[in-house]
Amino acid sequence: MPQENPVIEVKNVVKSFKTVQAVRGVNLRIFQGQFVALLGPNGAGKTTLVEMIEGIQKPDEGEIYILGKKWKGNDDELRKIIGLSLQETRFIDKLTVRETIKLFASFFELDDARGEEIISIVGLEEKKKSYVVNLSGGQRQRLALGIALLNNPKILLLDEPTTGLDPNARREIWAILQGLKIRSQTSMILTTHYMEEAEKLCDHIVIIDNGLILREGTLKELLSDENAGQPGTGRHSKVSNLDDLFTVLTGRHLHE
Amino acid sequence: MNSPFRYKQLIQLTLAYFRQIIREPGVLFWGIAFPILMSLGLGLAFTKKADIFRDVAWIKTQNIPASQEGSLIRTFLEEHQAKAEKDKDGNLYYRLTILNDKLGNTTFTFRIMDWQKAMVMLKRGNLTMIIGENNGKIEYHFDPLNPDAQLIYLKLSDLFQNPSVLTQNSNPDIKPLTVTGTRYIDFLVPGLIAMGVMMSIMWGISYEIIDNRAKKLLRRMVATPMKKSHYLIALITVRIGMNFVESGFLFLFTWLAFGIKVQGSVTALLTIFMAGNISFAGIAIFMSSHTAKTEIGNGLINLVSMPMMVLSGIFFSYHNFPDWSQSIIQKFPLTMLADGVRSVFIEGAGFAEITIPTLILAGIGIIFFIAGLKIFRWH
Repeated sequence: MPQENPVIEVKNVVKSFKTVQAVRGVNLRIFQGQFVALLGPNGAGKTTLVEMIEGIQKPDEGEIYILGKKWKGNDDELRKIIGLSLQETRFIDKLTVRETIKLFASFFELDDARGEEIISIVGLEEKKKSYVVNLSGGQRQRLALGIALLNNPKILLLDEPTTGLDPNARREIWAILQGLKIRSQTSMILTTHYMEEAEKLCDHIVIIDNGLILREGTLKELLSDENAGQPGTGRHSKVSNLDDLFTVLTGRHLHE
Repeated sequence: MNSPFRYKQLIQLTLAYFRQIIREPGVLFWGIAFPILMSLGLGLAFTKKADIFRDVAWIKTQNIPASQEGSLIRTFLEEHQAKAEKDKDGNLYYRLTILNDKLGNTTFTFRIMDWQKAMVMLKRGNLTMIIGENNGKIEYHFDPLNPDAQLIYLKLSDLFQNPSVLTQNSNPDIKPLTVTGTRYIDFLVPGLIAMGVMMSIMWGISYEIIDNRAKKLLRRMVATPMKKSHYLIALITVRIGMNFVESGFLFLFTWLAFGIKVQGSVTALLTIFMAGNISFAGIAIFMSSHTAKTEIGNGLINLVSMPMMVLSGIFFSYHNFPDWSQSIIQKFPLTMLADGVRSVFIEGAGFAEITIPTLILAGIGIIFFIAGLKIFRWH
């Protein structure tokens, strides 16, 4: 990746909830056009980290910069350049797909043409007059992704966008994101615990557990990492996939 | 784009929540049809002269044949042509009707039975009065705290002492008041309007916000440049607009069906109606400011609305409650709204009479709104 100024810079960020330390001193730099996977099991701290980048949680310590700006005082400006899709968002049940897109387009002061374009990008043309409540899980997640893409975001944050979807629906989401990578300069952070998803979509993978980044790099770099031995054992071993790497690093599987 | 007012957002948000309401048949039923049905049911029940039918247990005296016992009562019934019949079990009963064109007819069915059976029927609510004889006098056994039993006692004792009521057929001393404003329906409709405002706002705003928070829609919305104030303005605007429509339908129906009229200032009525809406909108924002659990939301909404619905004089005057409680009840927002709307409808009140309750209601709304915003959780 070109070493220009990062789009997102996370510096020594710490975040705790009561007695749980969710993020423990994380540093991360994400550049323009980079697709980054935050890979880790449930409770690893992925969502908390994304929520801090998204600006809805404040770090207890450390700084987060979006295009060189902090959230404080730049809220309105930064919201215009970020797209977001959550693991599960339910929209207004009795609005059609087109009305839902139009509602969110109004938040960005976008016209109807952009809404129609997005419906086409996420392949919901045949469902645009259907009520949201009547969409399948996969269609609903495509709608959520479409809404995240409405404003041509410079930064796209996807929190487990395919969790709970069947393989077909998951592949449809992947196809949309692969298309986005080809035709735009959007930077993306994707949290997932699906190794295959991280491998297919992202050019930089961050393995996170217990609020700490364990390893980061390209898939090739991670799999050829000579230091991927079990901590404290002094053993060095080559791994064949991310799941194995995660097991070697933590002693646990990704889906535990 | 940096303007504090973004019309496009506000219009789309308002349209979205308006569409959600009109596309939900249940909402239209509970908001429009149900209050109309309630006014129809209660209006008919309390404006039509209702006939009363009551069963009275007539206790057999021990060791005396049924044909001979209870001679005082039997003699009275037979003298006054009470109709003797047998029920499906072959038990004899007598039926006697007091005709009255002002108060409505009262028909008593005297069923002969033993004490034990009478007690079972009384406990089941099948009758409220047991009569028998002791030393040549009629005795009445009933719960003196039960208003219905009291009424039956007064009617029965009057009947036995003054049988002329059977042929009197009318009470010339009763001069029925039928002018608009004095009927039960005139009392009821303003109460229903006030209650409709409270229920519609509490469920339509509080529950909607909590539900939006629970399904992460709020969080998704505030991740965009949406103005937070516009979300709340849209929700409140749609709900108040619907309250005008719902109350308008209720008024239209009761005007056509019962001749309900607004005897005071229509502008004053609209003013206090609006103040009531503001008051409950503020309370609704406050109640929904924090929780993301709809179950807790249900509880909070019921906590606010149920006591007011019962105590604020919607269906019956709160002056029936103990004196010490009335000054508290009068301070409830629903009481202030119901009393204010009622005063315009049936007392001919104008601005002078509703100014203070209007200011207090609006003040309550603003205070709760500000307090709610201070602790409001958007995600």
